[in-house]
Amino acid sequence: MKSIIFRFTAPYLSVLMLVFSVFVLLRGHNEPGGGFIGGLIAASAFAIYGIAAGVASVRRALTFHPMAIAASGLVLAVLSGVLSLPLGDRFLTAQWAFPKIFGEELALSTPLFFDIGVYLVVTGAITSIALALEERDHD
Amino acid sequence: MATPAPSAAVDAMLSTPVPAADMLIVMPLVLSFLFGSVLLMVRKRVEWHGWISVPGFALVFAADVALLFKVATGGPFTMMMGSWRAPFGIAFTLDLMGALFLATAGFVALAAAIFAVVSVDRQEKRYGFFPFLFLMMGGVSGAFVTGDIFNLYVWFEVLLIGSFGLLVLGSRHAQLDGTTKYAFLNLVGTTLFLIAVAYLYGVFGTLNMADIARQAADRTENGAVATIAMLFLVAFAMKAAAFPLNAWLPASYHTPRFVVSALFAGLLTKVGVYALIRVLVMLFPAQHAGMAGIVAWIAGLTMMTGALGALAQTDIRRLLNYVVIAGIGTVFAGLAIPQAVGAAPGALASGLSGAIFYALHSIVVMTALYLAAGVIARRTGASTLETVGGLWRESPLLSALCLVFLLAVSGLPPFSGFWPKVMLVRAAFAAELPWLAAAILVSGLILTIASARVFAFAFWRPLPQAGGTDTEKSGDFNASVPEHPAPLLPLVALAAFVLAAGVWPEWLSRLTTAAADGVVNPTAYIQSVFGGGA
Repeated sequence: MKSIIFRFTAPYLSVLMLVFSVFVLLRGHNEPGGGFIGGLIAASAFAIYGIAAGVASVRRALTFHPMAIAASGLVLAVLSGVLSLPLGDRFLTAQWAFPKIFGEELALSTPLFFDIGVYLVVTGAITSIALALEERDHD
Repeated sequence: MATPAPSAAVDAMLSTPVPAADMLIVMPLVLSFLFGSVLLMVRKRVEWHGWISVPGFALVFAADVALLFKVATGGPFTMMMGSWRAPFGIAFTLDLMGALFLATAGFVALAAAIFAVVSVDRQEKRYGFFPFLFLMMGGVSGAFVTGDIFNLYVWFEVLLIGSFGLLVLGSRHAQLDGTTKYAFLNLVGTTLFLIAVAYLYGVFGTLNMADIARQAADRTENGAVATIAMLFLVAFAMKAAAFPLNAWLPASYHTPRFVVSALFAGLLTKVGVYALIRVLVMLFPAQHAGMAGIVAWIAGLTMMTGALGALAQTDIRRLLNYVVIAGIGTVFAGLAIPQAVGAAPGALASGLSGAIFYALHSIVVMTALYLAAGVIARRTGASTLETVGGLWRESPLLSALCLVFLLAVSGLPPFSGFWPKVMLVRAAFAAELPWLAAAILVSGLILTIASARVFAFAFWRPLPQAGGTDTEKSGDFNASVPEHPAPLLPLVALAAFVLAAGVWPEWLSRLTTAAADGVVNPTAYIQSVFGGGA
């Protein structure tokens, strides 16, 4: 993309979108949001960065291949379901822990990790599709 | 709350901790998805794929066998996902029929994975052959263990996505053509399935199969329920490639790699058959009795289409495509026995037992035949009957294995295809459908001729002196991989099953009879979900 305005703003925009995607992901437990929509926002951030700076720099910035990110999300989601089995509960039963960190109670649960898994699957899969399509455009 | 109060038995079941053995029910799925995603992470290390996949499928198969053993000794059992209450949450319920299909599917998947390690090239492994395979097997396993009809739809989608990937890997022109037809017709089928599920939910207000079975007993005269049952019949008949919805199968199954064709032909149509048995016979027995005449016609016509189509083909894989269809017709014959409401479930149960037995036999034999066709294609560089020949002299072991499979698929003793056909013919006579029995026997005769043709051309006669096969076949998957003895190993294992089920059929027929009884009279299934004396 030639526009200098777009090329200048795209990195900042992408960063904002990534932060927002994490916010949407965490908000999703009790309010509208969640891993799927958060993942879509993150994937759009990578797509925008790819349009502005080229696919190669996105791939460099990501370190891992998007498909590997998606696969790690699937592993995380499955493991968060399996965790209930050694505790004598049925598959996917929610497990909660409330550790105190600096005096603040932090609610950790397996649904959260399942949702993070969904987030990674969606981010990885959609980013991988978007990058492949953008690549085809340029060569 | 307008919903019926959940019984105390359901609460009691949920408050007790899960026995360790019950956890096995999710293992085929968990293992499939874990191994699939790990393979995706290391997909560039192609040389690791075989070392990860084969133990992965071996573990899945081990879990399947353990589940079969557990269900055969202890009866059906249920695990509620996420500890949700019985009719509302998703239930995984495994009964003997599901366990038999599950174990057979795990067996052929392991065989196919071993075959694939040497027969699939690096490029396609790199593009995710094994992850797709695990995804598809996860879907197949899920379809066999779920006790929730909407969840069944989800597993159908999962296995379809995996199968699309497997079909299109390689991206040759014929493959894209076959995949388009396959994808389109399967999407139509799943959409019909989804519509039927929506109607079902509208009428019954529940998606749990045990709950539906319980409620359907009170709605034997309901026209809406009959419509739903008919929609399910059409949707699953399309999945199973029964006449007249069979056109997609011969159009697509000969295009991908041999090992992919093998798994598709062995497994995917049988998932449709399984779903049909589960829904039509277990959930809607009264409606099934009304439709038995239609099912009988479908069965007869499917058998004839398959058998005559097989006779007309010269390409080995195209021929096998029609043999698959004939097998589906034979299984349908077992579902065609009318069963009056309230009557003793003798005739239907014996027919169903034959159908399940035949379906299991067909999973193994069809997979084996396609794999054998792959070996033939690799040895000779061709897969049409006009150009192959002389294999008897070149490879006696392969010839013997193929002879076993061809005789089994034609339904000749002493192999696994014979006994289920005996059971089906007997059930057809008992139900006073002599023409259906005749159709089973005639299609068996035609299939024998078709098999004999394959064996006579490909094995007995000397190699024809025709050149030019390499040029016209260069775009095909033939003659691409060097000679390797490993592909024969899964064939030997599959042949061992065919022989064991043919010579000692009692152990298997006892299991299938118990499985059929469990489907015709699902009291134990319902109790496993709702507890107590539901």
